[in-house]
Amino acid sequence: MKIDRRSFLSFIIGGAAGTTLSPLPWKLMDDMSIWTQMWPWTPVPENGEVSYANSTCTLCPGGCGISVRLIDDRPVKIEGTEGHPVNDGGLCVMGLSGLQLLYGQSRVKGPMKRVGKRGEKNWEQISWDEAISMVAEKLDELRSDGESHTLSCISGSDQGTVPELFKRFLDAYGSVNFTRMPSIDDSYELVLKLMHGVEASAGFDVENTDFLLSFSSGILEGWGSPVRMFSANGSWKKSGGKVVQIDSRLSNTAAKADHWIPINPGNEVVLALGLAHVIIKDSLYNKEFITNYSYNFENWKRVVLNEYSPESVEKVTGINKTIIRALAKDFAGAKKPLAICGKGQGKNPGSTSEFMAVHALNALVGSINTDGGVWAVDNDKQNYIQWPDVKKDSVAESGAQRDRIDGAGTENYPYTRYLPNRFIENINSSNESLVKLLFVHGANPYYTLPDTHNVRKAFEKIPFIVSFSSYMDETALNADLILPNHAYLERYEDVPRTRSFNRPIIGLSKPIIEPQYNTRHSGDVIITKEKKMGGSIAAALSWENYEQCLQETLGDKWETLNENGFWVDETFKVPGWKNAFKTPTLKCDFSYNELFSLPHFCILGIKGDDPSYPLALIPYDSMRLANGFIGDPPFVIKTVEDTVLKGKDMFVDINPDTAKKYGLVEGSKVILKTPNGELKVRVHLFEGIFQNLVAAPRGLGHTGYDKYISGKGANVNELIGTFEDPASGHDAAWGIAAQLIKV
Amino acid sequence: MSQSEDKVSENSAEKKQPRQPGENEQGNGSSGPILLLFIVGLVISLIIGWVIFPKLLYSQKKQPIDFNHELHNQEVDEGCISCHFFREDGSFAGVPKNEQCAGCHEEVLGESTDEAILVEEYIAKDKEIPWLIYSKQPDCVFFSHAAHVKMAEMGCKTCHGPIGKSTSLKMYEENRISGYSRDIWGKNISGIKKNEWDRMKMNDCAACHKEAASAKASASKRSPQLFFDLLAMVFPDAGKPQKTEACFVCHK
Repeated sequence: MKIDRRSFLSFIIGGAAGTTLSPLPWKLMDDMSIWTQMWPWTPVPENGEVSYANSTCTLCPGGCGISVRLIDDRPVKIEGTEGHPVNDGGLCVMGLSGLQLLYGQSRVKGPMKRVGKRGEKNWEQISWDEAISMVAEKLDELRSDGESHTLSCISGSDQGTVPELFKRFLDAYGSVNFTRMPSIDDSYELVLKLMHGVEASAGFDVENTDFLLSFSSGILEGWGSPVRMFSANGSWKKSGGKVVQIDSRLSNTAAKADHWIPINPGNEVVLALGLAHVIIKDSLYNKEFITNYSYNFENWKRVVLNEYSPESVEKVTGINKTIIRALAKDFAGAKKPLAICGKGQGKNPGSTSEFMAVHALNALVGSINTDGGVWAVDNDKQNYIQWPDVKKDSVAESGAQRDRIDGAGTENYPYTRYLPNRFIENINSSNESLVKLLFVHGANPYYTLPDTHNVRKAFEKIPFIVSFSSYMDETALNADLILPNHAYLERYEDVPRTRSFNRPIIGLSKPIIEPQYNTRHSGDVIITKEKKMGGSIAAALSWENYEQCLQETLGDKWETLNENGFWVDETFKVPGWKNAFKTPTLKCDFSYNELFSLPHFCILGIKGDDPSYPLALIPYDSMRLANGFIGDPPFVIKTVEDTVLKGKDMFVDINPDTAKKYGLVEGSKVILKTPNGELKVRVHLFEGIFQNLVAAPRGLGHTGYDKYISGKGANVNELIGTFEDPASGHDAAWGIAAQLIKV
Repeated sequence: MSQSEDKVSENSAEKKQPRQPGENEQGNGSSGPILLLFIVGLVISLIIGWVIFPKLLYSQKKQPIDFNHELHNQEVDEGCISCHFFREDGSFAGVPKNEQCAGCHEEVLGESTDEAILVEEYIAKDKEIPWLIYSKQPDCVFFSHAAHVKMAEMGCKTCHGPIGKSTSLKMYEENRISGYSRDIWGKNISGIKKNEWDRMKMNDCAACHKEAASAKASASKRSPQLFFDLLAMVFPDAGKPQKTEACFVCHK
């Protein structure tokens, strides 16, 4: 039989008819449609039992309560804890994105030893035993050489059992060089020490205030405890509370405030004293407080009345004198006025003059330790850490006699506790090697400290750096040894304070998930290390492990904390004025010069008075840019507008007039140059900024972490220099002289 | 001119003649093979479609442990929900976890090899058993057991069949393309089912939902509204959509 074209076609037609009559095409079509929805790379959430576990977020000092949603044993979502005194169900974008840090690629997966040069990302995985022996060897070596004082520790916080363990270790070892990262806490603590005579943290009764005067504080940019400030801001809108934002840039806070008063940056102190002038002159101040609870008010009054009339304040600040008068009257006329300061998120301390002037403004209207005012929250009230004193051996004794490397607490800076800026500077300026071993815990100084160039130089001078970071941050990247801590959702830790919260509160961070990698709790590392070293150092800590230490230390609070995730002192009442002041006169001290030999109120300038730098660069903060020890995870960076970050380019804000002067248009590429360095950036034209200013976002330009966090924009700290506050030694730089060069 | 025209007509006549017999041959003799080949093609493709294709489409996978539902059913008090229970929040736990098994099977009971595997490989090592689930649906399908079992009071058997009486687990046949069990489309490749539980495709859900909806509608005895009834016939989704029939009820 010959098969020709026609018969072949007939065969095909038969086949087609048969296929149509069979389930093959229909079934295939159905399966294919399911297949297209089920590609293996499509993430499919696991099914399982839903539960919630309460913990405390430690990604910033805000101390929010978090409820983690779990499917079986796996955390899948982070929410704010309902009914928590700080955040009551709310949570910020960073807190919501915490799981990306837990599961992300920037985790350090086990103890690691540097193999290549520093920063080369060349690491060797080692065992925990080897890692701890390495540190113990170094410690033994320094101690036997009589150089125990060259051990230093930089920590993100100085409260809570873990920082206390580090401090205790340094004590027993023979070093006084425990340093906390800078923040407005430094300045507020100093003000309370000087004016109230107490060791306390500043708490703000923001929920009850009806007139908030903010001296460049980013209420909606992450100042204090961000979520609490957001909800307080919402409550003011409902209750009719007024917000006046004094800011040199139209920040989100300024845009949402009832009034925005633009000011030449750095002159906040002058404005505060100008307002005080009007309040005193018009006799609007709280007579009861001033008569009964103030000391040396007359001297202060004389200075304020002589030097800070609205006319002279107008000249310096650029704010019209009628506005100054009206503002002073509104502030003093409010029932519960409150003035706050600390620029942006309050990441850096400020000028002592400014903080004292703002505090004096609160004192004038009686808003101290009252409803809606600023409260001194006694640190002792919540100090549950009652460990016996360290029994020091001779080495430790001699170490304790030495001055701190940063000079805090010495004759020059008698009331200052920590000076990380001077720590860096002194290491660089000294001919000897002041620090031979550095521990870094809960901090990322290599990225967050201003003047990165100097920090880098100081790090280069330190022969051995140990990082306790859970993430491959910039500091870890430039360390010699990484002893990774469990990530914040994998470990127990007490969070003894919430920044700017007005009651004693303790939060508990709890392990929500088993450690994902070969990490170890830093508390345990310190305890084990001490055991290894033996002698008085081992005796200083008798706990078996960190969990036992924490449980014993918290005592009867442990149960409440484990159940609720927080403990708050219910008995704590509005402190009031009586017995509140522990100064020699038992009154709120207005004297500046006589008692503490502090210089007169001063306006702090910025680095670089060279005429070739005609502009001033000011960094600004945003809720969408994390700028603490951790960078923006992918969820958060996606929320950043493209006028701040586009691709890898960072934008700086300049006034359209400035742009015209330099021949720039929106998006133009420029070199932003300061005495500290230069960066390639692009410009965003923004009318909400003065002509002589350039504003750059803080929190970009990471080089550590993973590919999702690093390489986006530039780190403004590279350009910012430090500017020392003469009264306290704190870094009070609010900006730096700058110039723009068209590319 | 005329000479050449004659030549042309002559040529065409000559050519036409020998073609005649050829055409006849094709007409008579080729109808056989054409029909035959049509049938051959038809039969081959039917065999491929009905017999070979289903065999190729599914791969055979054995369950990690052979489970005897009947035996366990006798041991428990509350039937299926003793192991396939509802959690406190109302969600359905589905296939039991080791935790439930370990209640009795902490140590090896009896002599079966499956029992030894269960205890040694899974319970002792605290590793969940990777059961292959016959009724697993794609992630986009939202199915609430609570709504069906608790609220509509349907028995497990309605959808899952008499699995509770089985003494061993059948072979799991996995669709090589979609990755789901053969039980979703049904054992019968044509999609025809004898029992309610033979298939678990969308139409099977819809059939029951339609029935329930029409029963509800007739029970409510509403007065005829010609316009709306017509509208509903033309656009079934328009007007007042039946809550149980909208797409997003199941497709989240």
